[in-house]
Amino acid sequence: MNEPGRGAVLVTTPPPNRLRPIWPDDRRALDHRGAARSDPVVADGAAADPHAALSTVGLRKSYFRGAIEVPVLRGADLSVRHHEFLAIVGQSGCGKSTLLHLLGTLDAPDAGAVFCHGRRIDNLPVAQRDTLRNKHFGMIFQFYHLLPELTTLENVLLPVMVANGIWRYLRHRAEHRHRATQLLQQVGLAQRLRHRPRELSGGEMQRAAIARALIAQPKILLADEPTGNLDRAAGDGIMQLLRFLNTTQDLTIVMVTHDQTIAAGADRVIRLVEGRVEEP
Amino acid sequence: MYRLLLCWRYLRTRYIALASIISVMLGVATMIVVNSVMSGFTHEMQARIHGILSDMVFESRGLAGFPNADRHMQEIRRVAGAWIEGMTPTVHVPAMLSFQVAGQWQPRQVMFIGIDQDSYSSVSDFGQYLQHPANRRKLSFRLREGGYDVVDHQSGPSVPRRPQMAEAGWPWRRQKARFAQADANPAPATPADADTRSSDPFLARDQATSSGLAEGKTFDPARDQHAGAILGIALASYRGTDGADRFLILPGDDVRLTFPTAGTPPQAVSEALTVVDLYESKMSEYDASFVFAPIETLQLARGMYDPRTATIDPDTGQIDLRNALTYCTSIQIKVKAGVDLDLVRDRLRSHFPPELYGIYTWRDKQGPLLAAVQMETAILNVLLFLIIAVAGFGILAIFFMIVVEKTRDIGVLKSLGASGRGILGIFVGYGLGLGLVGSGVGLGLGLLLVAYINEIANLVSTLTGHPLFDPSVYYFHKIPTMVRPLTLIWIVAGAMSIALLASILPARRAARLHPVEALRYE
Repeated sequence: MNEPGRGAVLVTTPPPNRLRPIWPDDRRALDHRGAARSDPVVADGAAADPHAALSTVGLRKSYFRGAIEVPVLRGADLSVRHHEFLAIVGQSGCGKSTLLHLLGTLDAPDAGAVFCHGRRIDNLPVAQRDTLRNKHFGMIFQFYHLLPELTTLENVLLPVMVANGIWRYLRHRAEHRHRATQLLQQVGLAQRLRHRPRELSGGEMQRAAIARALIAQPKILLADEPTGNLDRAAGDGIMQLLRFLNTTQDLTIVMVTHDQTIAAGADRVIRLVEGRVEEP
Repeated sequence: MYRLLLCWRYLRTRYIALASIISVMLGVATMIVVNSVMSGFTHEMQARIHGILSDMVFESRGLAGFPNADRHMQEIRRVAGAWIEGMTPTVHVPAMLSFQVAGQWQPRQVMFIGIDQDSYSSVSDFGQYLQHPANRRKLSFRLREGGYDVVDHQSGPSVPRRPQMAEAGWPWRRQKARFAQADANPAPATPADADTRSSDPFLARDQATSSGLAEGKTFDPARDQHAGAILGIALASYRGTDGADRFLILPGDDVRLTFPTAGTPPQAVSEALTVVDLYESKMSEYDASFVFAPIETLQLARGMYDPRTATIDPDTGQIDLRNALTYCTSIQIKVKAGVDLDLVRDRLRSHFPPELYGIYTWRDKQGPLLAAVQMETAILNVLLFLIIAVAGFGILAIFFMIVVEKTRDIGVLKSLGASGRGILGIFVGYGLGLGLVGSGVGLGLGLLLVAYINEIANLVSTLTGHPLFDPSVYYFHKIPTMVRPLTLIWIVAGAMSIALLASILPARRAARLHPVEALRYE
């Protein structure tokens, strides 16, 4: 169902004049786009941290309020190691979510680059970015964002359905459902498979969202204020679950939060101040 | 897969969209009903016209006709014989029909057609339209003893009966003769006899021309009949508002026909004929203008024969045309099934001089009427399709609403890796689904309405007290319908494509939503 390269333009790639070279290798990265697509280990990885699961170099992003340009990120450099549980904190409006969206290729930076395992990902064609989001990143959100029309199980199965066409999905339907059920058991929702999202509590919805993020067996989980809408107990439960996944399944987690106590549960905390990363 | 699942869930949960397709449904249903009734009408009419007219007619442009029909038929066979199934010569002449009702002579303008009673039924469905069962099987111009249909055999038992027809035939003729006798008898003297004769101006002329009776024999209306004639049923009847027919003339009555002779200058001649049957094709144009008689009667009366070749029958003293060179005005041609009539017509036209012969298919003869019905259908279809187009705009508006409502979900799907095409697919599929449901239900509703249209018309008539379908206006007792599968396919396909088109615009908008903005949307 996801033919590569045929999708409508989801994310407008920045116009060429805004892709000015910010470090020497950038031009080469653009020249070798073709190579970058076929071979993940490309030379421009040298500019980024080759050991990082996810890294950014000089990320810039502005929003426009009418004609006024509001800069959000002003050259954010970040490196996330494998199996790391990283928390990004900062005041609201400092660009945490924007940074997370750029990491997850939901948005394109005005300047700078995002690398995943040494491979540049922010300038990939739309179809490849779709696949990347589908297979390599799991995403969870503050407001869970489960589809209200689908049951918990169907919500969890959604990424698999997106990845597979009808026939391929139906051929392996039993496997997929088995795996989704297992995941839901893992997050403690074994009794809630047939429930609609509105019949679940906030914590349960977030657990279902985590199961959905993990169904495609991604290496990286991007969490946008996962506890922001939950009470203390439910939030702690989610944090325990994330920690558990991080240690038992080698999942790299990048979590954005404004809550210092929640952030304290992570391996490392970085602070986003005025669009730049500050390591404590 | 997710597309299908979401389409299905949206279909089942968004009832507002289902409400929007009610207009699609109604549009489809209306189109089906109108098309079925129109094509039922057209079909019925075409079948009738075709049943009355032969496939093709080869006619003389002059009123005097052409000699030797056999030679012409041979020639036609030589040119297009492979396509032709049967032929029969006829004589067509405009005439005036007069008949006496309650002492008053009533005239009618008619087309007087002389037919060959053996072969005419083989080129058209003429026989089917007669009122005596025996005549339907084998046409005869002899008056029958009785047994004419009291119930219209083409419409079934539900229509009003025709009790007058029970008396028709010889009993009616004898009864009339007895009354005439009784009227004449009170004054037994010969002058009275002369008076009655002179009161019938046609009879006086008959005496002068001594109409075909053997010498020394007098015409007794209780035992003898004139040459047979078959009258169009509407010539001598009228239909009441209750749908029942009242007859002014029944089989057994005598009528007069006045028509021009074939000579130059034409002279008017009058013939007395005895009505032997009535002809009901349910095409009022024909039922109110056709009078059929044996072709020899017309040929004799109009002088359409070569006197040198005619013989006199020694028994009856009448002129015998069996071996004579006769004239006729047209040849009716029946073409084999499946043959393109226009092809045959064009072949014949190229062979016979067009100044002398007109060659037409039955469609040519009724071209304007058929074209008018076709045009009406086309205009109605355009208007009704606009209804569905309006429904399309309803879908458009509701879809935009749904896309706005689902903005966040679209962002989620994109964050899960769904492509723009995938999102487009959801909404286009949803639109298609709505179109399918709408036109499917509309199809069912339309077919149901068509199936029970007469019951519905009756119900509306009883409720409003106004007849919806007045059988005295149309010559049908029921609303004719015909469902054409191809029309159904067209209507459903049209409705579906409108639903599809209306959903594409909102779907494109959904597909182009920026995922971050969509996720941030509250």
